[in-house]
Amino acid sequence: MKLELRFFASIREALGVSQESVAIPDNLKTIADLRSYLVARGNPWSEVLADGKVLRCALNQHMVDASTPLQDGAEVAFFPPVTGG
Amino acid sequence: MPIKIQESDFDLSAEIATLRKGDPRVGAVVTFLGTVRDMNDGSQVKGMTLEHYPGMTEKALEEILDQAKARWDIYNTLVIHRVGPLLPEDQIVLVAVTSAHRGEAFSACEFIMDYLKTAAPFWKKEDTPEGIKWVDARVTDEAAMARWAKK
Repeated sequence: MKLELRFFASIREALGVSQESVAIPDNLKTIADLRSYLVARGNPWSEVLADGKVLRCALNQHMVDASTPLQDGAEVAFFPPVTGG
Repeated sequence: MPIKIQESDFDLSAEIATLRKGDPRVGAVVTFLGTVRDMNDGSQVKGMTLEHYPGMTEKALEEILDQAKARWDIYNTLVIHRVGPLLPEDQIVLVAVTSAHRGEAFSACEFIMDYLKTAAPFWKKEDTPEGIKWVDARVTDEAAMARWAKK
């Protein structure tokens, strides 16, 4: 499955990446699976996306929770809780 | 229901005039104007930079305005949110709602603002004497949003 990953704010800075195209194994089904897959890359991923960190995720630019199924060709974004207004 | 994400400043009077122009049904205009403070969580703030998620920001705000329109009897809505570098006293966000009577407009305006605070992808980074730091989300913002679900 191919995905377009996006990272914002403190997550983007800590990873040093704002956007990345990835091809992931077919056994990854949900946002949570994708997060674990990225954590397995080691530092800085393991630290920035670690389980204890409070993150928000968006699938095709809609906020979703960790159990949401991935879709081929989707844009998946990880970012900290929002602080606008 | 215009939504504008922009670096440039805006003129409150001009925006309201445009929003209600040609609609004689309007008897109430409620606005919320957010401005940059020079103090946050005990730190002096010299300036800030606002980042957002282009594309998703507009979608999230459209969804918020749609919900407000479905919930209250309002006519028109406007959201302007600035991004990029800002200084204390600068205008940062404007939410405006028109309706026949004030009650609906007050509620809708507050709802839009509370929702924006927790669901629209903006992030503030502050320049303080202790260094540059990302602002943490407030628990009180989540609580402000949650109370709309109970009604």
